[in-house]
Order: sequence, then structure tokens, then C-alpha cells
Amino acid sequence: MTGTSRAPAAARLRGTDLARLALVGLRTRKLRAALSALGIAIGVAAIVAVLGLSSSSAAGLNAEIAALGTNLLTVQPGNNFAGSTDELPLRAPAMISRLPGVYAVQTTGTIDGVSVYRSPLIPTVNTNALSVAATSLSLPGTAGTSLAEGAFLNAATAHEPVCVLGAAAAQLLGIDHVYPGERVWAGNMWLYVAGILQPDVLSPDVDSSVLVGYPFAERSYGFDGHPTTIYVKAADPRVTAVDNLLGAQTDPEDPSSPDVSVPSSALVAQADAKGAFNTLFLGLGAVALLVGAIGVANIMVIAVLERRSEIGLRRALGATRGHIRIQFLTEAVTLALIGGAAGVAAGVAATALYAHAKGWAVVIPAQAWAGGLAAAVLIGALAGLLPALKAARLSPTEALWTL
Amino acid sequence: MSSPARAAATARDGGEPGDGLVLDLDQVTKVYPGSPPVPALRGVNLAVAAGELVTVLGPSGSGKSTLLHLAGTLDRPTSGTVRITGLDVATLGDRALAGLRASQIGFVFQQFFLAEQASVLDNVADGLLYAGLGIAARRDSAAVALERVGLGHKLRARPTQLSGGERQRVAIARALAGSPAIVLADEPTGNLDQATGAAILDLLAELHTAGTTIIVVTHDEAVAARMHRQVRMLDGRIVSDTAGPGGER
Repeated sequence: MTGTSRAPAAARLRGTDLARLALVGLRTRKLRAALSALGIAIGVAAIVAVLGLSSSSAAGLNAEIAALGTNLLTVQPGNNFAGSTDELPLRAPAMISRLPGVYAVQTTGTIDGVSVYRSPLIPTVNTNALSVAATSLSLPGTAGTSLAEGAFLNAATAHEPVCVLGAAAAQLLGIDHVYPGERVWAGNMWLYVAGILQPDVLSPDVDSSVLVGYPFAERSYGFDGHPTTIYVKAADPRVTAVDNLLGAQTDPEDPSSPDVSVPSSALVAQADAKGAFNTLFLGLGAVALLVGAIGVANIMVIAVLERRSEIGLRRALGATRGHIRIQFLTEAVTLALIGGAAGVAAGVAATALYAHAKGWAVVIPAQAWAGGLAAAVLIGALAGLLPALKAARLSPTEALWTL
Repeated sequence: MSSPARAAATARDGGEPGDGLVLDLDQVTKVYPGSPPVPALRGVNLAVAAGELVTVLGPSGSGKSTLLHLAGTLDRPTSGTVRITGLDVATLGDRALAGLRASQIGFVFQQFFLAEQASVLDNVADGLLYAGLGIAARRDSAAVALERVGLGHKLRARPTQLSGGERQRVAIARALAGSPAIVLADEPTGNLDQATGAAILDLLAELHTAGTTIIVVTHDEAVAARMHRQVRMLDGRIVSDTAGPGGER
């Protein structure tokens, strides 16, 4: 372009002026703006809450696991080539306790063919899938549980028909507290209840067991004394080393046979994997966002139709097409951003409320709120683009003189 | 180039490029596309020098509104040349034209076009939004302009609280705020009663006396009668111009 040296260049709009323009446009139509921002708010809130809740629940679970300790290892009999279950050697517990770093070894041995009932009058098929197991005498602390009521077995009661109930076993047998003389029916004899255990997060097997002493089990039920689960506590820095040696130490003749596991790591993986089922809710959030985007696009199309005279006036006052375009685009983005911010606030509030009620730490992943806001801005820009282009294309004379 | 207007303009502006003419239409035609195409202007020559108060008078359909659009650079001619402060509009792009409107042209409309939710002061200040001034400077200029139109005491009022005459004064203040080279008024008294309209015309005359160049487009003979120079239009042509035959080249 030549000969334009005297032509005044169009000024750029300052950021503050742009923000003011966008807010004025929204303020004059508060209700409509609020309703169309609501769609985006709901979508963002759903996404933030879903991500926040799953993270918080994982954090809560991990805290619980950490409190229980991550240094528990368990050994269980594996399957042999024939497909039947191997037995753990009788000397395995003693062998394991000799490993450096191991400071506690406890065992349980499930007694096959013995079921437990509330009374002899219960039909024998109603086993409740409970098992009767022999236990060593310091099981609760090692296996990650403690007594809810009563006392655990001791050297004396281990010889007598006395049992301790796992949490689930107590519930299924209908026993919620211990009183003198309380008993359950197992293997054609009465067992007196000495105590009830707390739910065991790390070793669910203990939960559904009725525990008796080894001497009593061997004498009364003909139990062979082979443990079916060995609970091993190792010093924290030695856990990996112990984990590697445990198979060989348990069964030197067939080191690959025993199943060695670290229950806490399985639980951590489980807690983290819980997020997977949230895909459905995230999808719902995305649908809400889409509906919100259509709402924003709708209000912007209407705004362009309604505000022809404003557009014409601004053009007459010296606005370039670019000024008009950026004004409407900014308005759409601002609308979406307000919706997004409200959504993040609502999502965080919902997460905080629920997490607080559950006693979890409130964890909002950065990608949840940042992603929510970014999605809102992107949606606003996309939804506002066409209306803004339309507004900018409007000829000033048409906008001003054909109402 | 011997018209009194041009001579006066040249004298006043000291021979700047464009002969000191604020507005110069040269053989301008405008045909609106359609079937059949509608010719709105059929070769119009009009020169307005700085400081003039001109009325363009004509019945509806005479092309006076089209003339206003072209003079305000809101539209481009089909053929011919439009010069604003010596700049050929045809050589300017959208951004440059917008800049020209922001700094050199003030508009006054029949319907006022005021934002109801903004204060009088902000309505006027908004007129300077695209001239690149900060908000404080805009408000200062707006306050001065409102003082000039006699509304210095109603800066904080909303347009809805004002009478029609006052609203038109706000609109005039908005047009004046940027000290434009030319003010284009489209039927400024069209929505006002007789007495209020007369007061608005008094205001325009007063601004003219103070040196503002003003073009008023109207179909109202009574309005035109009060202006110094009257340009009559009919069927897309200028049929008379009291500036003398020199106004029509």
C-alpha cells in the first residue's frame, strides 16, 4: 500500500480494554450468560470431581496401606506340574526366620474338611465359605490386624478347644462381641470364642478364618501341621532381598514352587487401578462439556444477531474487523472460562467434602483442574470462532442501517 | 480548483496535501448489486473544506444516506474517488480505514446508539476506544466533550435516565471526543421533537462556530434552512449546492 504515510494506523486493543468489553457484553445479559456457562461448569465439575475423587481415594488407601506397613511378605503353596497343590515343608517357618532381615514369622494352616457353624442345628451345607485354620501365637501383629475384642490364643489355650474369629467370620456367624461361654460348632465339637479380630486389609484370608491352636488342631482334627500361609515381616531395607530368597528358603528342593507375594504392593496397584472404571464418568463429563460448548456457541450466535447495531457502531467508531472478531472471541472464551472456573470450584468442593467425610487426604491432580480450565478455554474459542467471524464480516452499513 | 470552498480550505490549512479539503468526492458512483442493480449515486462531486457546516438534503432514495456511508468510509464507491483529509480511500485497507474513522471521523446517528448499561461518561469514552488511548485519557477527553455539549453535570447518569435531546447530546459528545476532522450526522433530529431538535441544531451551529467541520444529512427542509451550505440531492445526483457552481465540477 503506497501513499498511506499519513493514514493513521489502527490501534491495537489493550488487554484490559478487551477484558472490559467482554465482561460488559456478558454483564448486560447475565441470566443468559450464566445459563450457558452452566453447561460448561457441569462438565468441568464432573471431570474434576471424578479425577479428584479417584486420586483422593487412592491416596487414602495408600495411606492406610502405608500405616499397615509395606514389609509384609506371604508364602503360600504353589501348584505343581500335575496341577495339584504342593505342601509347604514343615521346617519352612524355622528356615525363613534365619534369613537376615526377617524379624517375625507367623503361620496359619487351613484344616481341610472342617467347617464351622453357629450351632449343630445349622444344616451342614451352610458353611458360609468359612475355614478353620491352625495359627501360630503372634499372628495378628504380623498379618496386619489386631484384636477387636477378647484375647488371642496363648500357649495354654492353643491346646484347648478355643478359637479366635476373623472379622468376616465373626460377622457371618452372627457374633459381634465376646462373652464367657460363647461357642461355635466346628468338626463335631464346640469351640469357645476367645476373641474377634479387626478386618485385615493385607491378608483377607485371615478375615474368613476361625483360628485355633496347632496342638489342638493336630490332636482333635488330625491336622498334619503343614502351614498354608507363612506371614513374614522383614526390615524395610531388606524386603526386596528377602522377597528374592524366600522361595528357595521355603522349599530348597523346588524353589519355584511356593507363591511369594507382597500383599501391600498388590493393594497399591489395585488402588491405582481403581481409576479405570471412572472412564464412564469422564465420558459423561465430556458430553456435558460438549453440550456446554453448544450453549456457548448458541448464545454467541444470538449475540451477533442481536448486537448488529453495536457492531456497526463500533466499526463506525474505528474498530477493525480484527477488533470485532477478537471482542466476540474474547467474550466467548471469557464465558467458557467463568464456567470452567465455577466447574473447577464445584469439583474441588465435591471432592473435598467427600474426601473429608471419608477421612482421606484431598488430592486434586493438576491435570484435572488445569485440564478442566484448558478444555473450557478451548471450547470457548471453538464455540466463539464462527460467531466472531460472522460478526467481523458484517458490513458496517448493513449493521447500522438495516435493523 | 477555483471554488470558494477550495480556496478557503487551502488558505486555512496552509496547502496541505489534498488541498486542505476534509472531504472530497470526485465523480463518485455507487451501484448496489441486485437484479436489476440499483444505482444509488450517479457521479457525485462534493468538496467540503475544514470548518464548513454543510447539509445534504434530499427525499428518501435520493442517495444521501449512501453519500454519508461513502463519506464515512463505511462503504466503498463503485467508481470515482473518495478522499478524506486528502487520503484516497481506495488505497487504504480495512485496518487503515478503521484507523481513519477512529481518528478523523465522528458519527452522529438518528437512533443515538448508546449503550444502556454504561454511564454517559463511558459511552463517550468508548468512542475513543479504537484510537489507542488508555482508559484514563479516554475518560478525560470524554468529560471535556460532555462539558462542551452541556452535559458536564450528568457524567454518571445512564442513557435511560436522559431525555431524547440529552441522549443526542451524548452521541454528539462521543463524535466530538476524538477531535475528528469531520463530523457526519445522519438525521440527528429525526427522533426528536421540534424544540429539542432546534436545540440540537443550535449546538451543531455552536460547534461549527468553534471550528468543527460538520455534515448533516436530512430530509427536513426546516433543518436544512438553518445550515450555511445546502447540497440538494435527487436520484443519486447533486441538483444544487449553495456553495455555488464550483461545488459541482
